Amino acid sequence: MSVQTILITLFALLIFSFFIGRKRSIAVSTPVGKTGGRRNLHSRPHYYGYMVAIWAGIPALLILALWTSFNSSIISSLTVSGLSDSLQSQSKDAIGLMMNEVKNLAESGNIAAESDPVLRNAASHYQRLQGISTLAKTVIVLVVSLLGMLIGWRLISPKMRARNKVETVVRWAMILCSSIAILATVGIVFSVLFESVHFFKAVPPSDFLFGTTWSPQTALREDQVGSSGSFGAIPLFVGTLLISAIALIIAVPLGLMSAIYLSEYAGKRFRSVAKPVLEILAGIPTVVYGFFAALTVAPFIRHWGEAIGLSVASESALAAGLVMGIMIIPFVSSLSDDVLSAVPQSMRDASYGMGATKSETIRQVIIPAALPGIVGGVLLAASRAIGETMIVVMAAGLSAKLTINPLEAVTTVTVQIVTILTGDQEFDSPKTLAAFALALGLFVITLLLNYVALHIIRKYREQYE
Amino acid sequence: MTELKPDIEKRSEFDIEINGTVGKPFVDNPKMSSRNCDVFYGDKQAIFDVNLDIANNEIIAMIGPSGCGKSTYLRVLNRMNDTIPICKVTGEHTLDGEDIYGKKQDPVLLRARVGMVFQKPNPFPKSIYDNVAYGARLHGLASNRSELDDVVESSLIKAGLFKEVKDDLNKPGTGLSGGQQQRLCIARAIAVDPEVILMDEPTSALDPIATALIEELMDELKENYTIAIVTHSMQQAARVSQRTAYFHLGKLVEVNETDKVFTNPEHQLTENYITGRFG
Ligand SMILES: Nc1ncnc2c1ncn2[C@@H]1O[C@H](COP(=O)(O)OP(=O)(O)O)[C@@H](O)[C@H]1O
Ligand SMILES: [Mg+2]
Repeated sequence: MSVQTILITLFALLIFSFFIGRKRSIAVSTPVGKTGGRRNLHSRPHYYGYMVAIWAGIPALLILALWTSFNSSIISSLTVSGLSDSLQSQSKDAIGLMMNEVKNLAESGNIAAESDPVLRNAASHYQRLQGISTLAKTVIVLVVSLLGMLIGWRLISPKMRARNKVETVVRWAMILCSSIAILATVGIVFSVLFESVHFFKAVPPSDFLFGTTWSPQTALREDQVGSSGSFGAIPLFVGTLLISAIALIIAVPLGLMSAIYLSEYAGKRFRSVAKPVLEILAGIPTVVYGFFAALTVAPFIRHWGEAIGLSVASESALAAGLVMGIMIIPFVSSLSDDVLSAVPQSMRDASYGMGATKSETIRQVIIPAALPGIVGGVLLAASRAIGETMIVVMAAGLSAKLTINPLEAVTTVTVQIVTILTGDQEFDSPKTLAAFALALGLFVITLLLNYVALHIIRKYREQYE
Repeated sequence: MTELKPDIEKRSEFDIEINGTVGKPFVDNPKMSSRNCDVFYGDKQAIFDVNLDIANNEIIAMIGPSGCGKSTYLRVLNRMNDTIPICKVTGEHTLDGEDIYGKKQDPVLLRARVGMVFQKPNPFPKSIYDNVAYGARLHGLASNRSELDDVVESSLIKAGLFKEVKDDLNKPGTGLSGGQQQRLCIARAIAVDPEVILMDEPTSALDPIATALIEELMDELKENYTIAIVTHSMQQAARVSQRTAYFHLGKLVEVNETDKVFTNPEHQLTENYITGRFG
């Protein structure tokens, strides 16, 4: 049976186990010829059902998972060991290549069409092993499941604490889920870290961290001349910070003010319409913002700049930052609005009762109490701004110029990651690996940002009950 | 339902007529007074034609069954009801003879003169010092730090809290016990130097010892302030107040000297309430 069929069968078994478990718990607790046995049970009957299902499911699923994950490597090595000694003594890569051919052949289902007898033999060997494995897997998994069901079924007695057992399993399931999330994060971080280490073997970290020119063109062939590449990341990080700063300068005041208006001044009706409308801003695809920035805002800024005698590039950090600022308003406003509204009425009453005006109350009581949430919203907006790519590509350009003049074209870290990885490149050339180093840099910046924000919150937070 | 199972007490409660207020609702030279006070929440009327004077430096207790409008009436006196959009207050209300709902009256300044202590202690999530200094800072009652220190200290002393917290002025007010929090709220109200203090069931969330402390405190406070207290506890009303007002379904039924209300009430409804027949 295929894995899917096994899973479906197992699922059916689980449902069956649940029902027999539940039924038996009632049966064993009811004295012959009487009714109302449920009162003698430690747990309610469905917990016994769950328990039997757990016994039938978890061991079998574990075996299935292990088997499936090790299946192919074991079968491959068995196939390889069936080859002649001379073939086995080839290099690893050669064996790997050959095994790929063997697998493809076995799966194509047309082994006889192959002309090479060695491959033909290996492929049929492989196919045979695969068949045995699948059969054994099916049988073992189903037998284990049935055995589990039997054990669970036998365990049922009125005193048995099925409820607590189920609770324990649920707890472990929760722990498992959270560890998966954590492991995924750790995994990503480490893979970025390892690739960055590779990069730093080719390019000294000081060049990367303090260099002020970014032109990642390296030689495609060894003998090519003239392009050794230069990996100074400063212009990119400065560009990123410049555009994010512009975006935040727009988004934080606008977002916070609209949040305050919505939560403190606006009527219920207005709020129920305005809030979702504001949130739509975050749902518009960034590419739409991108061409809005490039086609509407950038020319406008140019005209306006030239009118007062400034030279403005046709692509500018200001255009990208402005539009990005509009895009991230809802991150600030929506979260802030929620936390502002969550400040208890009793705080407002206390303040009004002392003769404070509305704006005094907002400034001195409500905002301090809501500060952690507000900082959270700003952080979210900041991470969004730092990570934004599309708007920058379209409105701020690709030129890695080191400048803090918002009227010039700049580029950002994420944009460079994209351009690096979308070209035709060897995977382990410094140019490609630079993407990982840049990603690591972004990661560190975001981490620092979070750390600082956490401190701000700790220092200034006013916690209400 | 009522036909099948007549509830004698309930019926008598609704049958007894309330024709104006009995007893002595008026005094000479009142600190605050209300005439023909009606209060509406939207279409629903919560207070019906209340007429009452509050004398200088007295403690007046307001009692009555839940939902009879005691809090609503108390909030009329410092215009806290203004913060509820659907709430509408009519009638004439004065403080020292000034119309407090008049065009010239700024509700914000009124609340500095008529302070309020709430049912649930609600200190700000700030330090003890900042809690007490809050109102003084708002109204510019201190021109420098040492004056502010004095205001904070004297308010805490008057609220009977200073000894307990004098070394912890920078700790959060929310970390105090319930009774201490309520005394902090009283100190906070006193710090603005109000003339009247309104207390809405200030001890209903506190244990008996904390309650006793606050009752003692009220006795001292009446030297300098006029106090109106809403309370659920008739014992408390009897212990702390000089006059007692009995509210029933939004109407002011009886106002009399506290002794008289509890020993010899004039109105049948008052008697029913204090003898525990409903409430
Ligand atoms: N914010 C409000 N909105 C609408 N109705 C209210 C509001 N506050 C109080 N009420 C109504 O007004 C009446 C009096 O309430 P309240 O003054 O709180 O009574 P008490 O303090 O005597 O228990 C009640 O019927 C209550 O439902
Ligand atoms: Mg009340």
